[in-house]
Amino acid sequence: MSHAITDSATMLRRNLRRALRYPGLTVSMLAMPVLLMLLFVYVLGGALGGGIGGDIRYVDYLTPGIALMTITTSTMTAAIGVCSDLTEGIIARFRTMPISPNAVLTGRVVDSMIQTLLSVALVIAAATLMGFRPTATFPEWLAATGLVVLLTFGVTWLAIAMGLLSKNPEGASNIVMPLAYLPFLGSAFVPPDSMSGGLRWFAEHQPFTPIIETLRGLLLGTGIGTSGYWAVGWCLAMTVGGYLWARSTFRKRALEA
Amino acid sequence: MTTALAGPAIETAGLRKSFGDHTVLDGIDLRIPEGSVFALLGPNGAGKTTMVRILSTLIPADGGRASVAGHDVAAEGDAVRAVIGVTGQFSAVDNLLTGRENLILMADLYHLGRAEGRRRADELLALFDLADAGGKIPAAYSGGMKRRLDLAMTLVGRPRIIFLDEPTTGLDPRSRRAVWDIVRGLVADGTTVFLTTQYLDEADQLADRVAVLDHGRFVAEGTPGELKRLVPGGHVLLRFTTPASLAAATRLLPGAAADEENLTLRVEDDGRVRSMRALLERIDDAGLDVGDLTVHRPDLDDVFLAITGRPGAEKETAR
Repeated sequence: MSHAITDSATMLRRNLRRALRYPGLTVSMLAMPVLLMLLFVYVLGGALGGGIGGDIRYVDYLTPGIALMTITTSTMTAAIGVCSDLTEGIIARFRTMPISPNAVLTGRVVDSMIQTLLSVALVIAAATLMGFRPTATFPEWLAATGLVVLLTFGVTWLAIAMGLLSKNPEGASNIVMPLAYLPFLGSAFVPPDSMSGGLRWFAEHQPFTPIIETLRGLLLGTGIGTSGYWAVGWCLAMTVGGYLWARSTFRKRALEA
Repeated sequence: MTTALAGPAIETAGLRKSFGDHTVLDGIDLRIPEGSVFALLGPNGAGKTTMVRILSTLIPADGGRASVAGHDVAAEGDAVRAVIGVTGQFSAVDNLLTGRENLILMADLYHLGRAEGRRRADELLALFDLADAGGKIPAAYSGGMKRRLDLAMTLVGRPRIIFLDEPTTGLDPRSRRAVWDIVRGLVADGTTVFLTTQYLDEADQLADRVAVLDHGRFVAEGTPGELKRLVPGGHVLLRFTTPASLAAATRLLPGAAADEENLTLRVEDDGRVRSMRALLERIDDAGLDVGDLTVHRPDLDDVFLAITGRPGAEKETAR
């Protein structure tokens, strides 16, 4: 146990070095949300902005949604990473070495969180250049940051579990796709009450909607209501569920002949 | 660092493992003394890799017991992992890190410290003839170089007991010999080596003791020489310079088979010095002129065929 932190740090260094050496995936993960931001603000924003109602500007409405998409799509890096570790056989080597058993996964989670949080910061900076004007006070910023970190932690564990289930890195990037794009079917880009029938019900009740609403409320002063509890609850559920799922999948995969 | 063990390096008793209803190991008893090389020989699918995976704590056995360096593999996995090094059948290197970075990664995981880790990495790169390739990623390596890097990574932590699962499968003859030399070097330093192979000459070249695994059981065990004496087929081939001397020798040695075209005479002989000397004395006493003499000792291929009824090189499809 004494080496759990050093071993996780070693694994983190390994992952960051890999990301820096082959930045293709990282760069596309960083660039995509900014491109989405440009698309939605300048191409679609005129039309969509008129339909969202209220007195909120579309760039303000959109930014928390894009920030959340940034988090969910970045998890692809984690899923692909753990999966390629398994397929390259290096995990089998790690498992015959006297190292902390959780270090492999912990190093991967921390790596993914660093990359994801950097992406979120980048997208917020880009949004500010496009006119995003949050009204948050310092404690509200702190709470929003806390929520973002908690959410990143939860979805990263989920993505790692999914990556461990996949037979190859292509499969890993496919299997996290529904998770990555789930915010589309929520309040990320347009309010759910503009949607129709069953989709509207789904959009109102899916986990990411209360998270987006809470983030929006914290940054822009829109109403949060009970969303805050749901948001924290969903994040904790994803974290615990994702962690347990990842751990048991890791053990199972490792035992395969 | 290396302290002598009281007991054997590796010991198993009644080790069993099944996958579904397919029994892979069916009661294996094994005792490997420290500092020796043990070769586990068998065709594909015989259970060699399963044996390595159990002994290196990767998978649990279904029954029986196994200990490595005196530590039970099931109950004291951490203690076992602290003294072993494993090179699996498939490459276990990080393909996005350079050779040197791979070695430093290992050094960090063995907590060697920054300076010592780098020193050890450079030492191993030199030792494994990879000094020039240290700054390149494994994608730029040949199969033999990759295998050497794999082995070097296994040795970073100076393990006392090393498992090599088919270390030369898929390598060209020169790379095979390079790996053999590395193994001999390890043994000279007192390391215990557990080797699996499908290559019978490899076991013959490297091992102190060989066990032949077939359908989950040891069908033969002993030194390479002992195994060879289990089977007939050893002979001496005498080549004569004239048909007359061949004819004379054929009369002298009635059991032998003459080949008049090649002027050779094949005499059944187990290849041991005493019988060889007797044979040569008889030929010499008769004043016959032997041009050339070759001794054919049965190799492990013959052994495998004799024991299992199948040639050793036969590839069984994995079930």
